[in-house]
This record gives sequence, C-alpha cells and structure tokens, in this order.
Amino acid sequence: MFYLFEQPERVFELTLEHIRLVGISVLAATLIGVPVGILCTRIRWLESPILNLSGILYTIPSLAFFAILIPYTGLGASTATIALTLYSLLAIIRNTIAGIDDVPRATLDAARGMGMTGRQRLFLVELPLAIPVIFAGIRVATMAAIGIAVIAAVIGAGGLGRLIFDGLRTLDADQVLAGAIMATVLALVGDWALKRLGDALRRDAGAAAEGR
Amino acid sequence: MSPLWAGVSLITLEHVSKNFDSPSGSVRAVEDVSFEVDAGALHVLIGPSGSGKTTTMRMINRLETISEGTITINGRDVRDLDVVELRRAIGYVIQQGGLFPHFTVADNVAVVPRLLGWPRARRRQRAEELLALVGLPPKQFADRFPRQLSGGQQQRVGVARALAADPPIILMDEPFGAVDPITRKQLQRELRRIQAEVQKTIVFVTHDIGEAFLLGDRIVLMAEGRIVQNGTPADLLRNPASPFVTEFIGEDRSLRALQHTYLAELAGSRPDGVPDDVPILAGTLSIPQAGQELARHDRSNREGFLVSDVSGRPSGYLTYQQLATVLGESIAPAETMTSAEAAPDPEAAHVLPV
Ligand SMILES: Nc1ncnc2c1ncn2[C@@H]1O[C@H](COP(=O)(O)OP(=O)(O)O)[C@@H](O)[C@H]1O
Ligand SMILES: [Mg+2]
Repeated sequence: MFYLFEQPERVFELTLEHIRLVGISVLAATLIGVPVGILCTRIRWLESPILNLSGILYTIPSLAFFAILIPYTGLGASTATIALTLYSLLAIIRNTIAGIDDVPRATLDAARGMGMTGRQRLFLVELPLAIPVIFAGIRVATMAAIGIAVIAAVIGAGGLGRLIFDGLRTLDADQVLAGAIMATVLALVGDWALKRLGDALRRDAGAAAEGR
Repeated sequence: MSPLWAGVSLITLEHVSKNFDSPSGSVRAVEDVSFEVDAGALHVLIGPSGSGKTTTMRMINRLETISEGTITINGRDVRDLDVVELRRAIGYVIQQGGLFPHFTVADNVAVVPRLLGWPRARRRQRAEELLALVGLPPKQFADRFPRQLSGGQQQRVGVARALAADPPIILMDEPFGAVDPITRKQLQRELRRIQAEVQKTIVFVTHDIGEAFLLGDRIVLMAEGRIVQNGTPADLLRNPASPFVTEFIGEDRSLRALQHTYLAELAGSRPDGVPDDVPILAGTLSIPQAGQELARHDRSNREGFLVSDVSGRPSGYLTYQQLATVLGESIAPAETMTSAEAAPDPEAAHVLPV
C-alpha cells in the first residue's frame, strides 16, 4: 500500500493515461460501431458476417493481438488503442442491432404511416429508443477495455499496467498492488458512473424499455 | 401545396390485388377489390380475420405495394405521388396505438405538424386543441408519457395524432380493438361526434359488426380477399348479397346492429296513392324502436307506414313486410324489448344522414 502514498503523482498520471487509453478506444469503437450496427439493420445480410468477424476479433488473446499489430503500427499507445477499439466493437455493434430490433413493430409502423423519412425514423424513433441498450453495450466494452488496457503496458502503451509490470520486474510487491488496486477502483467507479449516465439517458429516452 | 390537401378527398380502388411473396409461396391477400370512398364519408371495411382488410387499407397510403390495379385520390394515382407527402396527408390510426413511448402526449399528437415544419408554438397549440377535442384535458395530459395513460386514453391520443395536420383522409385499423367494451363504446360515440364536426374521408377497419353499423356510412364486407358486399348498413340488412352476409351479420342482426340503423335510411320514397291515414313514424327512430312503436298501432288493412324526414314531412314509405324482414321476426309486441335496448340513443340526431 505504501507505493500509493509515496508516489501519488506517478499513480495519478498513470491512472489518467489509463483512462485516456480506454476512453479514446471506446469512443472510437462507438463512433464506428453504432453506424455499423445501424447499417446491419438496414442491409440485413451484413449482420452475420460483421458479427462473426467482430466475434472472432474478440476471441484473439490480447498479447497475440498486439503481436499481430506491432509489425504495422509499432510499439506504443497507438497499437494498444487499435486493439482496444477492435475488442470493443463487438459489444457495441451487437447492442446497437439489438436495441434497434427491439423497437416495437407498431411504433415503427406508425412512424412510417405518419410519413417519416428513413432518416427521421432513425433519428426520431429508432435511435432514441435504442439508446439504453446501446449504452449497456458501451458499458460492457468499457469494463473489458479497462482490464485489457493493463496488459497493453507490455508494449509500451503506458497506463496502470506499468505499475504492475514494473513492480513484477523489480520484485516490488507494493507497486504491483498499487496498480492492481487502482485498476479495480477504476473499473468500479467507471461502471458506477456509466450506469448512472445510462439511467439518466434512459429516463430521457422516455423509459422506452419499460413502457411497452 | 399538393392536390392531396385540397379540402375533401375521394378515394377510388380499381381492380386492386395484392400478393405477398413468402418462402412458402405466394399468398393472394387481396383479390380484385374495387370501391369508392365518397368525400367526407366513413367507409367501414369489415370481414373475418385474414380477409384482407388491413392489406387493402395499407395500400392506400402505400405501406404495402399494390400488386395489380390502381388506387387514386382525387383522381391522382397514389403511385405518382411522393410517398412521404402522401402519408403526411393521410391520418393513420392503428390498433396497438403505436404511440412513440419516448414522446410526451403533446409531442405524439404533433408529430406530423413537426414533420411538416410547423413552428413549435403552433404545434403546441394544435396539440392542445386536439387533446381537448378527443376529451383529454390538455393541462392534465399534454406533458405525460404514453405509458402513464390507460389503453383507452392512448387510443384517444392516437385519434388526435391522426387529426393533427388536418388531413382530408384518415385510415383507422381496428383503432378500438384493444380496449374494454365500455371504453370502446365511448370511443365509438366520440368518433361519431368528432366525425360530425370534422367531416373527414375515413376508411375504418373492424371485425365488429356492431361497430360497423354504428359508424359506417357504407360497409364493405370482405372475405378471403374479395368484396362480398358493398352497401349502406340498410342495404346489408335489406338485400344481403349472399347467405354469407346474413351469416356474418349473424346474431348481431338482431337488436344490437339495428339500433344504429334508422328508419329514414331504410325507407323508400313514398309511392303515389298511399293514403294519409296510415301510421307515420319519425325517420329518427331506430329499427327496433320502429318495431316497438308499430306494435302499438292499428295495422289492420294497411300494408305499410309513412316515414317522416327531418322537416317532418311524411315523404318515405316502408311496408310492414320490409320492416319485418329486416327485424328478422314479425313485428313484436312492445313488451319483448327491455327498456334499456329501446332507450333512444341521445346522439342519434348526429348521424342521421338526411
Ligand atoms: N406481410 C405479409 N406477408 C405475408 N402475408 C401477409 C402479410 N400481411 C398479411 N398477409 C396475409 O394476407 C392475408 C390478409 O391479411 P390482412 O390484410 O392482415 O387481413 P385482415 O386485416 O382482414 O385480418 C392473410 O392471409 C395474411 O396472412
Ligand atoms: Mg387486420
């Protein structure tokens, strides 16, 4: 425990680095995954190849994934970001599709019958109603990414994994413990914060999931 | 502005058919259907489940493609119209309500005005106006969400939403099918009141014969994708096109269905030579009431009776035989009817098409 108090600046800095790594990756995965998920609901035959592909990516062990990417993107945070982004895609794409598919048929039929264009249907009806489900996917992806990002320290991506791997190398159990504790705290706080945010969005979205 | 919005609208279907292609083969859902919906009239499409009512209706606003034949509105082929513009000009009410769960009641009502680009304040004002029209005080309901409403209230919102942009045409697919019988009755009465006020061209799908007789200016009876009979409620009672019609009207042929058919609808014009001393009945009487009324008159040596119109002139005529056929019995003595069944309908005057 002492490392935490002896080196608070370093711990703080590495925690920020960790958050940045996870944040950028999940954000990128959201920006890619939500549109891809929407596309899958529009062009239905795309769904299974895309889900299969992102499912396969998800099963590659993280160290192997880094090894595959290093020849192209080198060591460092960018390789880690790419890997984390690809890992996060599955949960986000899958939940986007599920969220949109969950919109009741009668609601969609009414939207069409009212004379909404495809775009209006998407932005006024489907996405708002799918947001709670999409957000749950983002939350799952974030939790996974916080864990995987620890390992990314081996390829020089920084973050809390640094404390663990440096500690292991120098036989500094205190430092390992500090890294592990902070990663756990980050996951717990992150989960709680995202859950709160998700609940707020759900209320905004008119509690679509309950009221049908 | 598009010709769709020009006042009242006339819908025609000419030899319309519909195939659904499914993996297990092609289904002929609608077969050679032709009818006209007069401007400002309410036409009921009725028939057993699966008879093609919904499909027929959905081809009008092009929620289904038309396989064969033509549908026109005010003479324009619906396929030549922009589909989005077409749908915005046609109010649409469905059974499960189909309200947007994440919109407030007011926002639900104002959906089409919003799509049409009305400014916010005008949308709000219109929504409140319509909520009041359908019997939901805006102060109390405008800012609620659909899940905070009962089934019947949701259906009222559905009706208000269909009226919001003041479309000349409204399509309603079993709009009151999912609510309890008492609420349904109430909603039906209110639709009649609203229709008397707004005079829309309405196509109304139902499988409830009582509802059809209560609401329909004309009834199109369908079976297996085809039209079996297209006529006024009185036509269906007086001249059923086939045993199927009689059977479909079935038990309801009795008092319930007839309560919403009025003597004036049934009566033919007064032939020459009818003496003035035959009984005269008000055209506003329902058929069962007329039966009851006549049981009190002396019918000896008379073949029929006169029916007075709104101005009180005895210009219509009906034989006892005709009335008895429609009633499905000989004219009954007064005590066979309970007072509840015979109670005059307070809104009868509203719908009397004279
Ligand atoms: N989307 C569809 N695909 C295949 N068959 C359909 C579809 N919609 C309706 N049908 C079939 O068309 C027929 C008429 O259906 P519908 O118009 O819904 O009848 P109704 O409204 O009178 O109950 C039924 O046999 C039904 O199974
Ligand atoms: Mg139907």
